[in-house]
Amino acid sequence: MEMAEVEIQTPDYMQRRWHNIRKLLERSGPFCHPDFEPSSEILDFIMNNCKVLIVGAGGLGCELLKDLALMGFKKLHVVDMDTIELSNLNRQFLFRKNDIGLSKAKCAVEFVNKRIPGCEAVAHHCPIQDLDEGFYRQFHVVVCGLDSIVARRWLNGMLVSLLQYNDDRSLDQSSVIPLVDGGTEGFKGNARVILPGMSACIECTLDLYPPQKTFPLCTIANTPRLPEHCIEYVKVLQWEKENPWGNTTLLDGDDPQHVAWVYEKAQERATKYGITSVTYRLTQGVLKNIIPAVASTNAAIAATCATEVFKLASSCCVNMNNYMVLNMADGVYTYTFNAEKRPNCVTCSNTTKVMEIEHDATLQAIYDKLCEDNAFLMKSPGITTVVNGRNKTLYMASIKSIEEKTRDNLKKKITELGLYNGAEILVADVTTPNTVTIKLKLSEKIDVDMLY
Amino acid sequence: MASPSPKSPEQSEKNKQYDRQLRLWGDHGQAALENGHICLINATALGTEILKSIVLPGVGAITIVDHNIVAEEDIGSNFFLDCSSKGLNRGTETLRLLLELNPAVQGHAVQEPTEQILQENPDFFKSFSIVVATSLGEKIIQDLAQHLWDINVPFILCRSVGFLGSFRIQIKEHAIIETHPENEQIGLRLDVPFPALAQYLDTFDIDTLDLKDHGQIPWIVILYKAVQKWQLSNQNRWPMSRKEKNEIKEIIQEFIRKDENGIPIEEENFEEALRAVNTALVPTFLPVKIQELLYCSSATNLTKDSLPFWIMCSALRNFIEAEGKSKLPLRGVLPDMTSSTEHYVKLQSMYRTQAVMEAEIVYRKVQEIVAQLHCESISETEVKLFCRHSHDLHLIKGSNIAMEYQLGSNSVASYIARYLEEPDVMMVHYILLRAAEIFRSEHCRAPGEWEPEADIAKLKTCVSRLLTDISCSPFPKDDHIHEMCRYGGAEIHSVSAFLGGCIAQEAIKIVTKQYNPVNNTFIYDGASTNTATFTF
Ligand SMILES: [Zn+2]
Repeated sequence: MEMAEVEIQTPDYMQRRWHNIRKLLERSGPFCHPDFEPSSEILDFIMNNCKVLIVGAGGLGCELLKDLALMGFKKLHVVDMDTIELSNLNRQFLFRKNDIGLSKAKCAVEFVNKRIPGCEAVAHHCPIQDLDEGFYRQFHVVVCGLDSIVARRWLNGMLVSLLQYNDDRSLDQSSVIPLVDGGTEGFKGNARVILPGMSACIECTLDLYPPQKTFPLCTIANTPRLPEHCIEYVKVLQWEKENPWGNTTLLDGDDPQHVAWVYEKAQERATKYGITSVTYRLTQGVLKNIIPAVASTNAAIAATCATEVFKLASSCCVNMNNYMVLNMADGVYTYTFNAEKRPNCVTCSNTTKVMEIEHDATLQAIYDKLCEDNAFLMKSPGITTVVNGRNKTLYMASIKSIEEKTRDNLKKKITELGLYNGAEILVADVTTPNTVTIKLKLSEKIDVDMLY
Repeated sequence: MASPSPKSPEQSEKNKQYDRQLRLWGDHGQAALENGHICLINATALGTEILKSIVLPGVGAITIVDHNIVAEEDIGSNFFLDCSSKGLNRGTETLRLLLELNPAVQGHAVQEPTEQILQENPDFFKSFSIVVATSLGEKIIQDLAQHLWDINVPFILCRSVGFLGSFRIQIKEHAIIETHPENEQIGLRLDVPFPALAQYLDTFDIDTLDLKDHGQIPWIVILYKAVQKWQLSNQNRWPMSRKEKNEIKEIIQEFIRKDENGIPIEEENFEEALRAVNTALVPTFLPVKIQELLYCSSATNLTKDSLPFWIMCSALRNFIEAEGKSKLPLRGVLPDMTSSTEHYVKLQSMYRTQAVMEAEIVYRKVQEIVAQLHCESISETEVKLFCRHSHDLHLIKGSNIAMEYQLGSNSVASYIARYLEEPDVMMVHYILLRAAEIFRSEHCRAPGEWEPEADIAKLKTCVSRLLTDISCSPFPKDDHIHEMCRYGGAEIHSVSAFLGGCIAQEAIKIVTKQYNPVNNTFIYDGASTNTATFTF
């Protein structure tokens, strides 16, 4: 009897439960992707073959996991290094108060696997940087809901590094893993589809991210005007001076005692200068660089990403081209545009990167360019080169002993360090999984008078 | 070493849980949300996705009206159903799983059909802050809309079919004090400085300050001085044209100190002054939009039942006509600018004091009106908030959905026709959503529910009928009709999830009376990732 029952069981992709999406997949329409051939095999592929990686199990990640599981995807992987906090619960709907302190990835996956029968999501409670090329290569699509730009850039770099090129330097299409990326901030958000090597990547459009707001040190120290200035003062200067919890204790924005201490000291400073409105909420906001977040925006952006993943996996419809912005603060407004691929993109252009620099410049000038130039915007680049066949570290800030040894190099002229026109430097940074090779192009200083 | 023990009280649990959203709508917005009661009719995937993003931030209560029994397709697209739900009432089941999201939220389920409630107990709807409905038939939409219009309860009508979706907000009148505009007018009154400000600005002499102090002069002082200098040779006029503003910039350039080689010294405050010329020199004026609001009949013909908003508008108008001398009350906010602490704090407190003073005058006028009309009192906090945001007040006067459904020769018809002629594909989607509703009421199923091809002609008849009603020629191609039949009434989860997020936020905007909601129809096409807003 039991055998018979197993035999007549309909395969999962034929189940009545999936009736809704089956209409999109088993029928053709006038606006379908040109390659689309309706069939029940598409849902079979989505359910039983198509592997999707969800990066982040926070506001967007929880939504993405739910959305994709209800669009038929079963082979889902979720990676997130974070644990659950109380302030997540206003939007990260797969978590409850009892879950505080547990892994976001594990909790989210457990919940969805339980709610949606057949879903086989797998959790990875670790930083994305701990997973290697082999891990990332197994996916058909990667969808990313991160709040960190650095992590996004790293992931983008990883997917680009998986690209393979044919002998004629053309891209091997089968090595392309599409990246669908979403981000939110308050009532604003964006969603985009990236085909690494083919369309604009994260690095091609770095200028779309607003520059981080910072306060000049002299204002904080000498002429504070805003409550934020007072809080920054305590955070940057007073904490280190007073070490309220002893020398080794760093300021922790998640420790309520620390926040309360900063709040009180900032209030004292504000009173001294006649500044008002230092509040606990503001103190916490400045210390942790808190970005407002609400369930609705995350739901809308994640859903947009999920729709695009579904289109990529099924070809039932053409993808958005290729970047959508959403603003729900005044009505609901969206705008979709084609973010253009930068031909000389440091990450995805598959050409040697060139940096133009004056021949009498110092290493500091190269370092600054790597941090400030829109083409690089690195955080803390480590610079090495090869001199006479030997690796030579020119400057590296990330390891203290090396920083001390190489610090003087920053002041030296690049020619003194053995660099020349056409020399290559190798740059490592948190924004990229691979070392970037940059060819130096030294230019003579142009005399302004000669132009006339 | 003893640990320091700061005395500041830690935040409450609730403040911590809602921290990220309190930064968007504040404690008073949260309090309003916690007083809200949302009614959902039909717990489809779209319905529960809407409630999800209202329950999470902590609405007071939800009521689900649904008489349907959970089918297997429901479970496949609706996250708030599980396998054990099959065969049970859909409202009760989704309520159970929705309430798990936030124990602070109250919930009720009503298993009667909407038609029945509307007939037997229409007062049922009176207690809700908003009624949200999904998947309703053509007839009941009109009856319900008319009833909610009559009893003045906001209504959001929502649809999700295939890649398409829409929502329509019906609200008689919605006044927003805190619109949170992206670019607030700064309104510094440099052209008509109040006495304390004028006195303070006059104490500066830019040329005699030493270099350190020179670099600490706030840019509004620099701007004021530059205009004063310019006015000497311009009959005391206010610089208006681009050319005149450029002359102001030249004067500012002259103020900048030079080093021994005659090269200008970089001073951040002067750079800021140069950048501010174009925006900060806009003369103080009463925006037309606000003027219209203050002189509309609701604000001029007050009754005992007038809303606090209109009473405050009336008081504000009295202020503008008297003490305010045609100006709105000062906002009292000084933008950040390079400056010594002393100058900045002094200026800031001047603006603040003046704003408080003006708001107090408005408050007194409010009290007078309240006394005359014998209506409910309005708190000083409310009036102050109103005054602070008086530059950006926004009023939405809505329209009745029942009227939108009676096409014929009314203005809605010509409005639609105008977009169809362009042709605007998003308006085509609207027509198809409407036509699909007609189809359903005639054939008791969605177009293409069984056989897409067979229903194309039938749906086309519905489309033609609508187009005739608005005096439009038929669509040249059947492609959109074909696509609607392909959808076969399917509800796609990610499409509903997108709309759910948007609609939840619209409901929250209405309940908290903050941020402008859509006025009044939103169309979404997930296939092309396009959206549009129409005002019917
Ligand atoms: Zn690129």
